[in-house]
Amino acid sequence: MLAVTAISIIAMRTILSVIMLGGIYSLLSATFFVSLDAVDVAFTEAAVGAGISTVLFLSALSITGKHHALTRKNHIIPIFVVLVTGAGLIYSTSDMPAFGDPKAAIHTHVAPRYIEQSGQEIGIPNIVTSVLASYRGFDTLGEVTVVFTALIAVLLLLGLSRGSRQDKS
Amino acid sequence: MSVRKNPILLETSHLLIPAILLFALYVQFHGDYGPGGGFQAGVIFASGIILYVLLHGTKRAEKVISLNLAKIFAAVGLILYAGVGAFGMLLGGNFLDYNVLAHDPIDGQHWGILLIELGVGITVASVLICIFYAFTKFKK
Repeated sequence: MLAVTAISIIAMRTILSVIMLGGIYSLLSATFFVSLDAVDVAFTEAAVGAGISTVLFLSALSITGKHHALTRKNHIIPIFVVLVTGAGLIYSTSDMPAFGDPKAAIHTHVAPRYIEQSGQEIGIPNIVTSVLASYRGFDTLGEVTVVFTALIAVLLLLGLSRGSRQDKS
Repeated sequence: MSVRKNPILLETSHLLIPAILLFALYVQFHGDYGPGGGFQAGVIFASGIILYVLLHGTKRAEKVISLNLAKIFAAVGLILYAGVGAFGMLLGGNFLDYNVLAHDPIDGQHWGILLIELGVGITVASVLICIFYAFTKFKK
């Protein structure tokens, strides 16, 4: 399903349909994450990928206009980049541990401690929350800072900071 | 323009928006026990507001939450997060060490996680509302 959606995104000629299919792609990946028992990730993907980013893309499209001609001149360089990257990724999967392998590096480092001791150390049933907010609090602070920086960048680019400047003076 | 006069859309949105906002608060404060947390709650809250903006326009929506207020809240959330970390330092722990926030380390962790998730939620919601305002206002 994901592959079908991705291929139809390539085949689409208008940006509007690409955006809508992108939302569908996100929703499908959310169901994929649910089947992997990653409900928190699925929740985020459905809310951010399928919901907000589609709305933001559409509002950006309403500014720029729908009728941007899709230029398709340089076929060779993008295809080359995609093929080389894809080949590199496929080559590197041969070094990855098998799916669900209990001896994989990611399952032997800190994950056992999170699963076994976060109940006593943090006391919260949802291990994802305790990892995200407590064990990895620095990372999450960085993520929030990134979100905040994105806002500053958008406001600077779209030039909406005049109102606040009047307040300060 | 015709969308804003469509009674079916208006009535449905009036039913939906309170439910969306309430669900966002549920996701925010139930993140310790089920899936969810600040990021998801912020996005859901912002989508409720964005639905309101889509149906009523920015002028009426800015009476609910103005662009400047959203800008301030975006900073408030980040300051709340970093402030919790710094407060832990004042109480003698490391930065973002919640164990020292209460007498019992587990209570401290609960408080810390609740507060930083609130900070995340406030920032994400107001940043998304701000960006959407920025897009819609740019058009005019």
